[in-house]
Amino acid sequence: MTLGSELKEGLKLSYAALKANKARAALTMLGIIIGIVSVTLMGAAISGLTNAFNNSISSIGADVLYVQKWPWGGGDQEWWKYRNRRDMKIDYADKIRKDATLLSAVAPVVQRLGTLKYSNRVANNVMVEGTTSDLSYVSNMSFIEGRFFTDIESRGDRPLAVLGSDVADQLFPNQDPVGKTVKINGLTFRVIGVRSKQGSFLGMFSLDNLVIIPIGQFQNIYGTHFHPTIEARVVNKNDMGDAIEELRGIMRKIRGLSPYQEDDFSINQQDLLSNAFDKIATIIGGVGFFVTALSLFVGGIGIMNIMFVSVTERTKEIGIRKALGARRRTILAQFLIESSLICLGGGLVGLAISYPLSMLVDKFLPTSMPVSLAFIGIMISLAVGVVSGIVPALRASRLDPVDALRYE
Amino acid sequence: MSGQKVIELVKVNKVYDMGAEVQVNALKDISLVIEKGEYVAIMGPSGSGKTTLMNILGCLDTPTSGLYLFDGVNVSDMNDNELAKIRNQGIGFVFQTFNLIPRSDALHNVELPLIYSGVPVAERKDRAKKTLEMVGLGERVHHKPNELSGGQRQRVAIARALINNPSIILADEPTGNLDSKTGDEIMLFLEELHKKGNTIILVTHEEYIAEHSRRIIRIRDGMIESDLPIEKNGKVKVHHDAEKAASSIGVKG
Ligand SMILES: Nc1ncnc2c1ncn2[C@@H]1O[C@H](COP(=O)(O)OP(=O)(O)OP(=O)(O)O)[C@@H](O)[C@H]1O
Ligand SMILES: [Mg+2]
Repeated sequence: MTLGSELKEGLKLSYAALKANKARAALTMLGIIIGIVSVTLMGAAISGLTNAFNNSISSIGADVLYVQKWPWGGGDQEWWKYRNRRDMKIDYADKIRKDATLLSAVAPVVQRLGTLKYSNRVANNVMVEGTTSDLSYVSNMSFIEGRFFTDIESRGDRPLAVLGSDVADQLFPNQDPVGKTVKINGLTFRVIGVRSKQGSFLGMFSLDNLVIIPIGQFQNIYGTHFHPTIEARVVNKNDMGDAIEELRGIMRKIRGLSPYQEDDFSINQQDLLSNAFDKIATIIGGVGFFVTALSLFVGGIGIMNIMFVSVTERTKEIGIRKALGARRRTILAQFLIESSLICLGGGLVGLAISYPLSMLVDKFLPTSMPVSLAFIGIMISLAVGVVSGIVPALRASRLDPVDALRYE
Repeated sequence: MSGQKVIELVKVNKVYDMGAEVQVNALKDISLVIEKGEYVAIMGPSGSGKTTLMNILGCLDTPTSGLYLFDGVNVSDMNDNELAKIRNQGIGFVFQTFNLIPRSDALHNVELPLIYSGVPVAERKDRAKKTLEMVGLGERVHHKPNELSGGQRQRVAIARALINNPSIILADEPTGNLDSKTGDEIMLFLEELHKKGNTIILVTHEEYIAEHSRRIIRIRDGMIESDLPIEKNGKVKVHHDAEKAASSIGVKG
């Protein structure tokens, strides 16, 4: 008997056997269905989060360094050590730019939520960013309309504003904002540009709900007690390590640290966020894997149990088949195919359930269900079928023909 | 007959180990030759070892000691796959309890030996249908066993035993679960098969069933008690009856 015809026969037989015991097969499948639903939903959630994160993180340039008091991703020291550090100062930016050779643009950035008004229109909770002209080079800005403020305008702290696209849409639904004047917390600014759309961060808050103004104007509105982040762009991404070292040296000099003192600032970059995210994703994945493996294990045990019942019920039939010339391999295949069919059925039903579920979840949390995940789900259910069917199938194939025939 | 040995047993023993040093000596030094085309009945009281002997002849079981040659090939030390092949192609079983697969129809039951010997679908359906027609069940091809009478079931079983053209047909009390009229019908089939040159070995309790055969082997306590051919007049009588009855129920000769 060839392998192909053996498979075909096994499929037919298993199908008939399952049809004869529909309720039992369905109940057994339930365990696998639950397992596959949790595998695929977990996988979809993780891949969705990863996608969203990768999209969002591209708003933080891979070639930009952020000098701050706090390290991203938590750092490896006691939190109060970071808290006790000295704050960043706006003039660090100029000092760094003067000494650095591997950095092309350096800008201090301060932020605060504020309110924008244009005639009778109001935009609340807008991120107001104070910075210098360098920021447009640091983050490689592009504009729907207009431009960023120049070095001279920035140093002169002119009352100029660059709008994020959301703010522009909100205040100027049918007009060109450039040249109009808006009020930020009561002070008047002239709009000179609208930044192109950036999207949102993890689907949570928009990166386009902002207005950028010269840092001196920011201090006019909110006072001088805001501490900036110093953002610096690396000339060549391949020199990242050297650039960080150079920046560290300059910062230590600015801070007047002696060689045996630790850094009292952090140089952050995209990698740190990615690493932190990877850690979280690994934890979620690990917990998910455990829960999933557990449910598949329980489902597999259910299948094994039912297969033992099936073998016992059909002992006589196995004896008959052996008397007619069925080989061990043939009997083994018959029962393995049966358990795999149960699991495959469970896997397919599981996918049919988890696919619409993932769409539903997508409304709250970005998920995506890649085709590969469906494929993995099917493979896993097949594997569970084979693993949990192998022992009962081996028992069936090794039955003694005489004993099996005598079984009533 | 041709004189070609189909079965040769040399000092075959079967011992069942019951544990606690209790052993059942079910067969003791059985030596036996059966030639091609013979029609043999095995008789003996209950527990004498008939089924044990049949299981060994049918390669369902292996002797504890001794030699078993099937078609001249030593099967005493064959492995499982080789035995499966002999059961599939060399032997046709007819059981007392029919032993059909309950979920499958008559056609599929008859097909089974062909499936296990890898005959392609079209050919095996065709052959199975023809064989069912031969046993008079051409109209019952798609009936499940529980939709058939006892005699019909046994005829399905006979069709299944025949389909792979085996060297011998082994029938362990084939009429044991049938009323005497249906039993006679089955015996007529076996008679027909014998006439067509099949080798048949039959186990029975009933003298009148055994008289259909040409040779009766009596065993007692696992040993051969007697092994005698049936006298001429019985043979002729049975032969004559069989022909008449067979034509009355439409069996092709
Ligand atoms: N699997 C077994 N384990 C132990 N002893 C067995 C086994 N099978 C048969 N025997 C014993 O072997 C002897 C012969 O049994 P067997 O079934 O061959 O008798 P039989 O002639 O077919 O009887 P019956 O006419 O009742 O069918 C009996 O004593 C029986 O108890
Ligand atoms: Mg018996």
